[in-house]
Amino acid sequence: MTQPMNMIQAVNSAMDIMMARDPDIVIFGEDVGYFGGVFRATEGLQKKYGRERTFDTPIAEAGILGVAVGMGAYGLRPVVEIQFADYIYPALDQLVSEAARLRYRSAGEFTAPMTVRVPCGGGIFGGQTHSQSPEGIFTHVCGLKTVIPSNPYDAKGLLISAILDDDPVLFFEPKRLYNGPFEGYPDRAATLWANHPLGQVPDDYYAIPLGQAVIRRPGDAVTVLAYGTMVHVALAAAEETGIDAEIIDLRTLLPLDIDSITASVDKTGRCVIVHEATRTSGFGAELSALVQEHCFYRLEAPILRVTGWDTPYPYSLEWHYFPGPARVGAALRQVLEG
Amino acid sequence: MRNSIHHGLNVPEPSARPGGRVDFSRLDIPKAGMVRCPDPTENPAEMRDLAYDLIRVLDEQHQAVGPWAPKLDADLLRRGLRAMLLTRAYDERMVRAQRQGKTSFYMKCTGEEAVAVGQALALRRDDMCFPTYRQQGLLIARDWPLLDMMCQVFANSKDRLKGRQLPVMYSAREAGFFSISGNLATQTSQAVGWAMAAAFKDDPRIAVTWVGDGASAEGDFHHALTFAAVYQAPVILNIVNNQWAISSFQGIAGGERTTFAARAIGFGLPGLRVDGNDFLAVAAVTAWAAERARAGLGPSVIELFTYRAGAHSTSDDPSKYRPADEAAGWPLGDPIQRLKEHLIAVGAWSQAQHTALEAELTDLVTRTAKQAESFGTIDKGPPPPVATMFEDVYKEMPWHLRRQQQELEEFEP
Repeated sequence: MTQPMNMIQAVNSAMDIMMARDPDIVIFGEDVGYFGGVFRATEGLQKKYGRERTFDTPIAEAGILGVAVGMGAYGLRPVVEIQFADYIYPALDQLVSEAARLRYRSAGEFTAPMTVRVPCGGGIFGGQTHSQSPEGIFTHVCGLKTVIPSNPYDAKGLLISAILDDDPVLFFEPKRLYNGPFEGYPDRAATLWANHPLGQVPDDYYAIPLGQAVIRRPGDAVTVLAYGTMVHVALAAAEETGIDAEIIDLRTLLPLDIDSITASVDKTGRCVIVHEATRTSGFGAELSALVQEHCFYRLEAPILRVTGWDTPYPYSLEWHYFPGPARVGAALRQVLEG
Repeated sequence: MRNSIHHGLNVPEPSARPGGRVDFSRLDIPKAGMVRCPDPTENPAEMRDLAYDLIRVLDEQHQAVGPWAPKLDADLLRRGLRAMLLTRAYDERMVRAQRQGKTSFYMKCTGEEAVAVGQALALRRDDMCFPTYRQQGLLIARDWPLLDMMCQVFANSKDRLKGRQLPVMYSAREAGFFSISGNLATQTSQAVGWAMAAAFKDDPRIAVTWVGDGASAEGDFHHALTFAAVYQAPVILNIVNNQWAISSFQGIAGGERTTFAARAIGFGLPGLRVDGNDFLAVAAVTAWAAERARAGLGPSVIELFTYRAGAHSTSDDPSKYRPADEAAGWPLGDPIQRLKEHLIAVGAWSQAQHTALEAELTDLVTRTAKQAESFGTIDKGPPPPVATMFEDVYKEMPWHLRRQQQELEEFEP
């Protein structure tokens, strides 16, 4: 059976199913217990599985991640929430120096089989401390896996795989996609996931393997590499420009599905990379380097990036910051002229 | 041998959740005037009792009693009353503006006005404050223009912060008010750094910082305590224990095992616990800590014991996680009401004056809000010029930002 689910419900369903299957899964974070999280992602889980398995933590992200490493070392499988991606920085040491390297430094004696759920991204008037997309910081750290779904169906299947994974996984959830797909037009009426095919989500267990991209729109003219909110923006840009773009939803940034990327760029000869995060040293830079290394002799134009500007996320100018369909469309046209 | 008893994991729970009976019976509230007032030169090791007590000045007959009763003239108390009333009226108006879409977000401090206002009036105006988002009363007590605050909340054309910051994340250097961060507790160690710099320069000003009971769990706060103690920085570290951190009660931050004031003890600092709804007690304790810091006797920690009467922000509904009538049951009352009753009891105020002042302040807030709205609101605009987005990332704009700025201008001429 499938149900219409928004992305919060899909994430909740994934955790619910996994908690029922594995008594070693524990969920914790700020406000996730009785209240069910500020975005309601853990709603009902404390009531169903008890306070020992879903509980509130002190406001101390380094503590949350450090405790998760310790619990994982014991043999539990923590699934923790960092309330906003913007709050993850106090926990960097536990992620970068500890969780990411524990397997390596102990030659596999100890591991950190934890999932870190991280609501991310802008478009909700959150200002500079509730809007960031820091995925590129974490893809730069060896030992961490990084996942960003673009819809409820993927969110559930990918979160189940993340929880099952024996390595630490950062699971970024674009907040702007929680309730519906978002094409980048804040003034238009919101679409809900209930009216979208990818909002029809199986009730039961299913896993989408990490490391597999998916083609959202097949095309021959140009390859667009996107993830999260930008998948929907890129689809809108292709529709508006009439350009026959092949839009790839990466879904997992690390491990990256390089084969899908190279197969597409080898076919189209052109590549536009889109992300909401700032440009300099962002994940787009890595993608650009990989496409250049793998597809150089097939490329017919320079690879272009459409990204957030290299500034903090400005509160009142957020729609001038957000890389919307017009900017993506302009890049599609430019790369075809090249 | 395996122990057959299941010890389980201790996960604290508040005394009541929605639908439950409000119960503050486990709070130990001493009578006003019972707590001793040590000489600031006393060794902090001898002051440990103060961290577990509750300093209160206003008694049930609204009189100021005991060794902490401050010698404040009626004018200053009336200023405090006015600033608290203005803070409350401002908060109400801004919450209404949020409901009307004129701003996207707001955070009020209802029930906690004595914290920022009482402390601001006990400090020198040039002492440097490193607040959280719930000390708007500092700006109001320091007579910072309401218009400026509203323009920040509306992110309009007169917003000095150029529409960059979430509403209520003020910055007012001239008012000794540090730029507020949305990330929690970061300001606490920064305040210590400012105080260390002041000590280095033989500057008589002190630094004062605030953190919530919830955010006192962040590492930054513990770093602040360590550095403050090591360098004996002239700083006051305030913990505003308003019982709730969004949906998490203070037990989740460690409040079931000890007091927040007692955090000071392990660092060898004085920790004072004060009734945060008692304006006179708040002012007295703050003045004591300020005198101590200014005399070179080092930092102090103050726990302001109060209650967050409203929601965490306009984004949450507290009736989802605590009894809807819990605020009404708070045993330490309302700070405005208590100061008003004191002033009336000592013959320095009347109900007629109070009613007139409330009307005057409501009118002031209404007029100022209309003026602020005439400069724009978040829903109607106009936002600042888009090119300003790229300013102030660096002192001098590097080539890549200049290029991005041009790119945007070509795109949105």
